[in-house]
Amino acid sequence: MHELKPLTPLGGETPKIDSFDGLRISECPEWALASVTARRGRAIDAAAAVEKLIGTALPDIAMSATAGPFTAFWSGPQQWMIEAPHDSHEDLAAQLKAAVGETASITEQTDGWCRFDLEGARCHDVLERLCNANTRAMERGHATRTRLEHLGCFLICRTKDIHFSVMGPRSSAGSIHHALTVAATSAI
Amino acid sequence: MTNAKQPNRLAGGQIDTSRTVAFSFDGAGYFGHPGDTLASALLANNVRLMGRSFKYHRPRGVLSAGSEEPNALVELRSGARQEPNTRATTAELFDGLQAKSQNRFPSLKFDAMAINDRFSNFLTAGFYYKTFMWPAVFWEKIYEPIIRKAAGLGSLSLEDDPDEYDKGFLHCDLLIIGGGPAGLAAALRAGRAGAQVILADEDYVFGGRLNAENFAVGNQSGYDWTASTLAELDALPNVRCMIRTTVVGAFDHGIYSAVERVSDHLALPATGKPRQILWRIYSKRALLCAGAIERPIAFENNDRPGIMLAGAMRAYANRWAVTVAPRVAIFTNNDNGHLTAVDLMAKGVKVAAVIDIRADARRIADCELLAGAQVIDTSGRLGLKSIKVQLADGSERVIECGALGVSGGWNPNVHMTCHQRGRPVWNDTIAAFVPGPDGTPGLSVAGAANGDFATAAALRTGSEGAAAALLDLGIEAKVMDLPQAEDAPVNLKPFWHVKIGKGRAWLDQQNDVTVKDVKLAHQENFRSVEHLKRYTTLGMATDQGKTSNMGGLAIMAELAGKSIPEVGTTIFRPPYTPVPMATLGGRARGKNFHPVRETPSHKFSVENNATFVEVGNWLRAQWFTQPGETHWRESVDREVRAVRRSVGVCDVTTLGKIDVQGTDAAEFLNKVYANAFAKLAVGKTRYGLMLREDGIAMDDGTTARLAEDRFVMTTTTANAVNVYRHLEFVRQCLFPDMDVQLISTTEAWAQYAVAGPNSRKLLQKIVNSDVDLSNEGFEFMACREITVCGGLRARLFRISFSGELAYEIAVPTRYGDALIRKIMEAGREFDVVPYGTEALGVMRIEKGHAAGNELNGTTTALNLGMGRMVSKKKDSIGSILSEREGLNQPDALILIGLKPVNSAEKITAGGHLMAKGTPVDAQHDQGYVTSAAYSPILNSSIGLALLKDGSNRLGEILTLVTPLTGADVDVEVVAAHFVDPEGERLRA
Repeated sequence: MHELKPLTPLGGETPKIDSFDGLRISECPEWALASVTARRGRAIDAAAAVEKLIGTALPDIAMSATAGPFTAFWSGPQQWMIEAPHDSHEDLAAQLKAAVGETASITEQTDGWCRFDLEGARCHDVLERLCNANTRAMERGHATRTRLEHLGCFLICRTKDIHFSVMGPRSSAGSIHHALTVAATSAI
Repeated sequence: MTNAKQPNRLAGGQIDTSRTVAFSFDGAGYFGHPGDTLASALLANNVRLMGRSFKYHRPRGVLSAGSEEPNALVELRSGARQEPNTRATTAELFDGLQAKSQNRFPSLKFDAMAINDRFSNFLTAGFYYKTFMWPAVFWEKIYEPIIRKAAGLGSLSLEDDPDEYDKGFLHCDLLIIGGGPAGLAAALRAGRAGAQVILADEDYVFGGRLNAENFAVGNQSGYDWTASTLAELDALPNVRCMIRTTVVGAFDHGIYSAVERVSDHLALPATGKPRQILWRIYSKRALLCAGAIERPIAFENNDRPGIMLAGAMRAYANRWAVTVAPRVAIFTNNDNGHLTAVDLMAKGVKVAAVIDIRADARRIADCELLAGAQVIDTSGRLGLKSIKVQLADGSERVIECGALGVSGGWNPNVHMTCHQRGRPVWNDTIAAFVPGPDGTPGLSVAGAANGDFATAAALRTGSEGAAAALLDLGIEAKVMDLPQAEDAPVNLKPFWHVKIGKGRAWLDQQNDVTVKDVKLAHQENFRSVEHLKRYTTLGMATDQGKTSNMGGLAIMAELAGKSIPEVGTTIFRPPYTPVPMATLGGRARGKNFHPVRETPSHKFSVENNATFVEVGNWLRAQWFTQPGETHWRESVDREVRAVRRSVGVCDVTTLGKIDVQGTDAAEFLNKVYANAFAKLAVGKTRYGLMLREDGIAMDDGTTARLAEDRFVMTTTTANAVNVYRHLEFVRQCLFPDMDVQLISTTEAWAQYAVAGPNSRKLLQKIVNSDVDLSNEGFEFMACREITVCGGLRARLFRISFSGELAYEIAVPTRYGDALIRKIMEAGREFDVVPYGTEALGVMRIEKGHAAGNELNGTTTALNLGMGRMVSKKKDSIGSILSEREGLNQPDALILIGLKPVNSAEKITAGGHLMAKGTPVDAQHDQGYVTSAAYSPILNSSIGLALLKDGSNRLGEILTLVTPLTGADVDVEVVAAHFVDPEGERLRA
């Protein structure tokens, strides 16, 4: 066990939570993340290998899929992000590499991103002030790339209408958090 | 009919007379009621004079009751919130509202600048162009300052806007623009069909003209029908009703912009709430139900306060329970104008006469009808007192009245159909332009906006328009029963201006354009409508000619002997109504202008007195001020000395990191780098130079081979995104057959340079015991995945930007803060220092390393002294074009070092080099300084420069000149490697 103490993307020792009437915005550092990109001509093999590990087929374009601790979402042609709890899967990239072998390229992305979850009835009212994704039309499992506070972010619908994850570049966590909370204050 | 404090207040209306609202205009206190606009409240208080005109400073009152208002522009609020050019006709009254008239001195009633009116014969259209031609030298010094001072209406506070503005994004199947009878019917039908509907109206209540008219809809009043319809719409979760929301522009692919005035009707926005929101609406279809705007008739002195559009006069009476004066008259060319007389008389207002231009006009109101007559002049300096009428028999009659309602017919509100260059077409029945067939794609039109003026037609076409739009989308909207409603035909005789009288008849009251000005434009051959507009200023400024354009076109048509459609119209462009700059800016201002990126050591850096510099969006520590240091150079010099003497740590996370994987990854790098990469051994790092296709250097950095099929490329901080984009282009477009996968990992790893003679000793305390850091075990340019601090995965690279024994160590970003603190703790015995980008820059100049200043988009590998790095043994991007003759001249610029002959003198970046004794001019230019710094190691200013044939001029003394500052320094050309030229320290 190493001796370095982690900080959250917002620089705290514990995740930041902001509560509004009908909305909770939570910093979610407790997730490991790795990208899977199929090698040329190995898409079927890669998909099968990942499915074997995570227990669900890799999702189609603009979708995510969840099974047990794993969630996978589409992030580009033949490319997916795999998400799993950090505590139990800090070595997610290594696990995936062991699973896919030469069929796919795996890159650790855990700390490339920060994740903020929006939960509550007012999700749409806040997100419509932030990005052009049509969140009201998003069903559970829908995932999209959208621009939020000038930054390219992933937006994943965890539960229709009431639970969304915004994943943006970690170094700009402060700016994203500022945008989310200012929009929430404004809209709610 | 009067109220003690509001003499012109009538009974009824849609205002809350149970409550009173206090406000001020030009410092005088008044009272109105909730539901009033500033204009209606002022009229209720018998204030007709509300502004002065732009050019002649003529006294003016309201012309309209809506956003088309040209005259009643006021400054609203005070202090930093002062807002110029606000239309009194749309400003909602709130308690404590402060308004001031504008463009007058010293007061609205006595305006010294009204002297301009006396010189109107000189100040006609085009007077700028004629008058200020000579003498030419007067323009800049005299004419322009005077004109600029005289120009403009309102004034700015010149303070920062204290309010907040949001932007937002909405999506719908059907956007309905306008919430009058057509829009409401459309929303009802589409809403019932389950479609996602947005209904937007610029007014603060829905209903449109139903609020202004006395029409019944079914068995309800128009007001009650609106209320019951809204109640149903509000209950539909798929319908979003947005009041105070003006759709201001129609853009590509069904995208509309709209401004919602969230807090304009309040004295102050609630804390954290926006003043306005700029919405971008993504619609699958849109339906324009924007109604129509009444047009005036031009006649002599038709601009006196009290003369207004007949429909507006009716709106003030019916909606706001206000008459403009106790005794009024009407001047019309159509039946609709007569309704004003009917409605006002019903409210007890005395109507002196209805003057109808049509000889066969039928009596509609129970008052005197002067058929075949026309108004030929008016009197009343600050407000209308009487009108002079020429009767059908040619005789003249003066009629006393305090207000005159004028109706020249109605113009459909076609703007949104023209925002993509759609041209409206002429409709003879209503003598107006209606939307043409080439309007905005996906936008259809209903109701008065389409020329269907009757309420029944508005309801029907609104309903049908919604159904047709939804059918396009595959949504069936069931037929719905429509209430019976007013269905009067349009009965109108086109009539644009009274030809009797020699005085001025005003067309554009905002810009003081008269009928004569249009005639002058025609006479001087400015006959195209676009020329007419620019020459006379007809249709410019805040109202964009909503009430004036048609009059100008009609007169030009008469003069040119053409029909109005042959003359054509100018193009309507967004925005439909003025949009504050703050609304367009949204929240992207001040420190929130763009997002920032913080390094993993940000918190540590703040705690250690770092001064930050913005590098792109990154905030990087520039230097760390220690107690007692008063100048940045002291901090930087100390940091450089400390690194070269012992050890320092610098956050280099900001350098771009790109994970390059795949069986063809090595071959891919061989293509994108000018130097060879294919044979780089696993566990080794190599410096790479990347060229653009044209042979110019693009970026540089080190790339480490972590496995046969895996590399980590490093880019410069500034070029991280550009390089990634370039690599994706190369992968997807140039070499799609290669098996390569790319992904950015810049943020995922916190990376620190640990540099200095004691860096190995320091790191030995950090890395796990199984890591051999000896020169043999981990030689220069080695890289390895290791563990640190008891088991955390990390990456170690032995690379050096400073020229010292140095490493870069990377851990997952969340541990970056802990790692730098650990390094500082472990390095305490070596007096370790954190160092910033400035010390980094000094040390790289001391080592002659090229950076952004040298990779400036004009330099080649040859220029940078790295010509031999461009491998001839392989094909790489840019290698062929780098061989162009022009880039390889014998006197090509080459990167060299400079030091001043007198070490006390300074080398300045940007300075140019001249051979001794030659003239200081571009022709004799020998090159320029790209980077300069003070070297605390050499105790001298040093620089890097691009010098013609530089490599063969070592030892030469040149003159460094900076004509801008007058600097003139003798410098010696030296090798670019000032410190440890053999590189022994970094290999130690």
